[in-house]
Amino acid sequence: MLVNGVVRVRKSQQPVRERTQFRILRDKLFRYVVFLLSFLIVTPLIVILYHISLKGLKVVSWDFLFSLPKPAGEQGGGIYNSIVGSIYLVSLGFIFSVPLGVAVGIYVSERKETLLAKLTGQLSSVMQGVPSIVVGIIVYCWLVLPFRTFSALAGGVALAIMMVPLVIKATEETLNALPSSLREASYTLGVSYSRTVLKVLVPSALNGIITGILVSVTRVFGETAPLLFTSFGSQYLSYSILKPIDAIPLRVYTYAMSPYPEWHDLAWGASFVLATIVVTLNILTKVIQRRWKVRF
Amino acid sequence: MESPILKILNFSAYYGELEILKKINLDVYKNRVTAIMGPSGCGKTTLIRCINRMHELTPGARVSGKIYLEGEDIYEMEAIILRRRIGMVFQKPNPFPMMTIYDNVIAGYKLNGIRISKDQMDEIVERSLKATFLWDEVKDHLNRKGTFLSGGQEQRLCIARALAMNPDILLLDEPTSSLDPRSTAHIEDLIGELKKRVTILLVTHNIGQAARVSDYTAFIYLGELIEFGPTAKLFTAPDDRRTEEYVSGKFG
Repeated sequence: MLVNGVVRVRKSQQPVRERTQFRILRDKLFRYVVFLLSFLIVTPLIVILYHISLKGLKVVSWDFLFSLPKPAGEQGGGIYNSIVGSIYLVSLGFIFSVPLGVAVGIYVSERKETLLAKLTGQLSSVMQGVPSIVVGIIVYCWLVLPFRTFSALAGGVALAIMMVPLVIKATEETLNALPSSLREASYTLGVSYSRTVLKVLVPSALNGIITGILVSVTRVFGETAPLLFTSFGSQYLSYSILKPIDAIPLRVYTYAMSPYPEWHDLAWGASFVLATIVVTLNILTKVIQRRWKVRF
Repeated sequence: MESPILKILNFSAYYGELEILKKINLDVYKNRVTAIMGPSGCGKTTLIRCINRMHELTPGARVSGKIYLEGEDIYEMEAIILRRRIGMVFQKPNPFPMMTIYDNVIAGYKLNGIRISKDQMDEIVERSLKATFLWDEVKDHLNRKGTFLSGGQEQRLCIARALAMNPDILLLDEPTSSLDPRSTAHIEDLIGELKKRVTILLVTHNIGQAARVSDYTAFIYLGELIEFGPTAKLFTAPDDRRTEEYVSGKFG
């Protein structure tokens, strides 16, 4: 009986061991597949960055960054006006979108149960999916036709419309993730509702809100489509809000579409500058995310 | 005869149709520790959340009956003024994560926009931290965020934050239920010290804790106040059979 018993136990363990081996194998296979897929995604990105750097670095110089474009046929010329224009436009977008987006985000998070909040939350998700060229056309109708001129103002508004949904969502989601104990801590000290929101909840969510703002800034820095019909682009250095203004993506577009090979080189240079700005903003976002993390 | 600082009269609380507290009558005496004990879900937390009017922040919450703080009907008062006179500490320590230790203690003043001089602030911070025996542990780190504190220290920081407002009453909602035994002992000692300056209402489901730290004990069961009296009497010669069974561990 005893011997039989032992033998039986050993026999029944056999298939279990085989299945374990199969599981280990399957586990390994899974890891390889995941690795392979991520490799497939990352490779083209690295190739693109490498390609831009290779072609762009040849063009980029002090002169390229700080001089204005020259007429076709002349050697040299830079993208100073485009860099200034891009910063100008994104700043306008920032000024228009951040206060609005944060305020709406607070509302959507605080008054979840109201119809307006639900509708706003849903619509801002939809807004994120609206093609940027459509935003450009809409703003063309709103601000370019009535003023009878392309303008930095119209460009800034178009970028703001791209940014607002991202800022709303970032604000809303970060506020939603805060523990309710934080709000209660404030209330039990006799702090009013408005002060609780502005001095406790928003500061605690600042990390997420700033990350969201930076993500939206990074995103619109590279946008061309909403600017084509609004800020239009310009050969000249302009600081006027009611005149057309250049932007780096527009400059890339103009140069790349031209028939002149030397302009194509300039397009690569401008692309490199743009890529550098975007990568820098990305790294900055990560740093802020890590350093300002609020632990509960 | 002791003087009640808080009188609860015929007080009922509801969530929607659900009656959580049924006609509670209770006196809370000044500078005494009153423990409210009972099994989970009996309504003890709801009761103290009504005393500083936190209950009404829950959607669908409503109350009937009266609560008087030194003769004043608390439901006639401004809730934010009431909450400055009645401090509260929760089960889980909840210091403000974005603030330094110093700012956490003085938060009641800063967040309310109460203007006081730097010297006064320093004094309040020091006094409050000393009252919770936290001063020696954190006095060199006042400008650091409180994230390096242990759970017990965090809870004492929360008590210091409540004390800084100089409240008449301190509500403690199971303040030790998320702490280890050593920190629990620390907080229990602290409660004994604090009653010299503030009236304490302590919610606990720990029978031993009620017996150790309180002067009066109320036993609540299924939303009803079964028995209230001096702790010694409640634990040795309770009037109600249910109280006796609860304190002797037969249920709950």
